[in-house]
Amino acid sequence: MANVGIVIVSHSSKVAEGAADMVRQMVGTTVPVAHTGGNPDGGLGTAVDGILTAIDRAWSDAGVAILVDLGGAETNSEMAIEMLPAARQARVVVCNAPVVEGAVMAATESSGGATLDAVKRAAEELMAN
Amino acid sequence: MASAVLVNEVGLHARPSVKLTQTAKRFAAKLEVALADDGPWVDAKSPVKIMRVKAPKGATLHFRGAGPDARVAVRELVSLVERKFGEE
Repeated sequence: MANVGIVIVSHSSKVAEGAADMVRQMVGTTVPVAHTGGNPDGGLGTAVDGILTAIDRAWSDAGVAILVDLGGAETNSEMAIEMLPAARQARVVVCNAPVVEGAVMAATESSGGATLDAVKRAAEELMAN
Repeated sequence: MASAVLVNEVGLHARPSVKLTQTAKRFAAKLEVALADDGPWVDAKSPVKIMRVKAPKGATLHFRGAGPDARVAVRELVSLVERKFGEE
């Protein structure tokens, strides 16, 4: 069975790209990873279209966990999920976790073949004491 | 139960922690790590918990496991630490 995919959404394309690099170098390439961030002018921002494309690139039948940074990254990710075909909607979640550390933790959990719920919990464990 | 001294330069930092948990996850056994042989014991499959151990170079990691493949798993984990996580 395929591993849960990871999508990284940051207002900064550099943060998103760097976090994805960290996942690939620390966890390996058995986990599908995609990233998106920034606006077309090179400024800060997130876009629903870009998030939808990233979900598609990281797609796995086991589901996709999205890591976001601030405000719009989260609301745009939720909008993107609502725009997905119904069959996919239930298999995509936004994690309540810091974007870089959460992405590495989620991907580590995913690399062991964990379920989407377990991947989300691993990322969110960072918020627990 | 078995133990190994952390001989890699950085100790149990981020990347070694990821490798340790990835190795532990290959086994069905419940696997735990501690800095002392009387605990406190930490889930070896949780990267967040393993990183919070913050074990430096020179620290001794104790491993214990329960389950059918626990013996092999503990041996693998000890070997990973002794091989410096394959990094140096």
